[in-house]
Amino acid sequence: MKRRGRGVPLVPALLAGVAIAFFALPLIGLLRRVPWSNLGSTLQEPAARDAIRLSVECSLWSTFFSVLFGVPLAYVLARGKFPGRSFVRALVILPMVLPPVVGGAALLFAFQRNNGLVGGLIYDLFDFQFTFSKWGVVLAETFVAMPFLVITVEAGLRSVDRRYEDAAASLGAGRWTVFRRVTVPMIAPALIAGAALAWARALGEFGATITFAGNIQGRTQTTPLAVYNLLETQQPVAITLSLVLLAISIVILVSLRDHWFGGLRDRESA
Amino acid sequence: MTLHADVGVRLGRLDLSVALDAADGETVAVLGPNGAGKSTLLRSLAGLVPLDEGSITVDDTLMDDPAAGTFVVPERRGVGVVFQDYLLFPHLSVLENVAFGLRSRGVARTEARRRAQEWLARVGLADRAGAKPRLLSGGQQQRVALARALVTEPRLVLLDEPLAALDVGTRTELRRDLRTLLATFGGARVLVTHELLDAVALADRLVVLEDGRVAQTGAVHEVTTRPRSRYVADLVGVNLLRGVAHGHEITLDGGGTVVTADPVAGDVYVAIQPSSVSLHRARPEGSPRNVWSGRVRGVDLLGDRIRIHVDGVVPIVAEVTAGAVGDLGLHDGVDVWATVKATDVSVYAI
Repeated sequence: MKRRGRGVPLVPALLAGVAIAFFALPLIGLLRRVPWSNLGSTLQEPAARDAIRLSVECSLWSTFFSVLFGVPLAYVLARGKFPGRSFVRALVILPMVLPPVVGGAALLFAFQRNNGLVGGLIYDLFDFQFTFSKWGVVLAETFVAMPFLVITVEAGLRSVDRRYEDAAASLGAGRWTVFRRVTVPMIAPALIAGAALAWARALGEFGATITFAGNIQGRTQTTPLAVYNLLETQQPVAITLSLVLLAISIVILVSLRDHWFGGLRDRESA
Repeated sequence: MTLHADVGVRLGRLDLSVALDAADGETVAVLGPNGAGKSTLLRSLAGLVPLDEGSITVDDTLMDDPAAGTFVVPERRGVGVVFQDYLLFPHLSVLENVAFGLRSRGVARTEARRRAQEWLARVGLADRAGAKPRLLSGGQQQRVALARALVTEPRLVLLDEPLAALDVGTRTELRRDLRTLLATFGGARVLVTHELLDAVALADRLVVLEDGRVAQTGAVHEVTTRPRSRYVADLVGVNLLRGVAHGHEITLDGGGTVVTADPVAGDVYVAIQPSSVSLHRARPEGSPRNVWSGRVRGVDLLGDRIRIHVDGVVPIVAEVTAGAVGDLGLHDGVDVWATVKATDVSVYAI
């Protein structure tokens, strides 16, 4: 009886069990140390409040800029026919695989006030510098987050049946109307998923931010940076902040489960 | 003349070169097999595929003429299109779908909705205005697509396989409804289909398209009774032969002769209805008529009728009753004699 059916053999089952434990143990470890009784007061600590406020603000700006520039970029990649398109796509995807610290260093060499590729020019023209400012955080977060939006939206655009756009044109809709009233609604699921992914990535950004924008409480110290900083000195605060990030991650995971796992589930039930 | 088109498009392996005219109040059906270029022809009229050569004029407005450097974009053509699969916008309600064209042309929201609602009432779907298109049946979707195209009062309406997405059961009824609705639209209509029945039911005139070229054009009756290509002959289910006539006798290109009642001369088509062909196991004697020997090479059931393919010097299809099949023992490989009266042979010049 044991060998019948289509169950999983013993050895892979055991190895899989180890892997599951590997993912579960850190979570349990974190949750065990959460100061549940005084969560509210730990979140009232100035460092925690500043970090959460800055994180929310910067990640939302970063999501906004990712959508503002990322959707047109995805459109160009999906619809445009130009030489070097695959090169441009590789360039856009690079921040997804590039170590964030390297990304931060690269941003520094482009945007820092002294010797930056364009940073000096920006400073001369606008008397403004990205480094060590909130906008530096936004820049670093957008650099690592926008690729997620671009890739997701491009895939969405490619899966749109373009005959719907033809139908809209035949009904008298100009290109902008077609885009606004037909294309965007039809890619809405991809757009929402892409924006959520970009937001999550921006919220968790550490390496590029600390390298490029610095680690100044109230100005550039976002929640992940605060967690890292406070782990030695104010562990309960660090753990509580970690819990906040974990909760947000779970919310995003649950709300996107259909987008990510819908395909898998279909195959399973088929 | 509402539509005057001389369409030359090269797209991949398709080389399309078609002249097409349609008058106000006339429905022209473009009939042809898959890949003949029907949809490309329609898309070029709608402005979705630019011409490589030729010109398209609608109501004296030049829409496309590469030689003159004129090209009017689809949204400015005023051409209504009912697409294959209807392509109703899935994210908009039925009412918003119908109002879309008016809204795109700058009609105010309330006015657009009012006129859309009016059209929905006209196609009998006033009560489904708030529904999403996917909740409608295929026939209802077709009517919404028609309302969406006609509410903008186009100068020309194009229909791409308007009945292909429907199941056989509802087709007959919807074909009739579609004909009635189209009759209310005063402009020219061009319909693309690969179904002879749709073309016959909806169109005044047929244009048969094969391999990007017009194979035959004419009134529906003319085309179906005097087919000029194998494709049309197969569609209407008639035997089509070619030969050279001299008097009452026609020497067929493939060998053998046909006797006809009226004398003719020159290169001709010979059309014989399968129901005019009789089959016999022994060589029949008697009155002067066409007698050919052959061997049964296929038996098809078509409703209550049976079609027998006879292979011989003169290959021919006969339509017989189930009783005859049993009495004569007609099955594959049986040797038979086929006879056709001279008066049942239709002959016309190539």
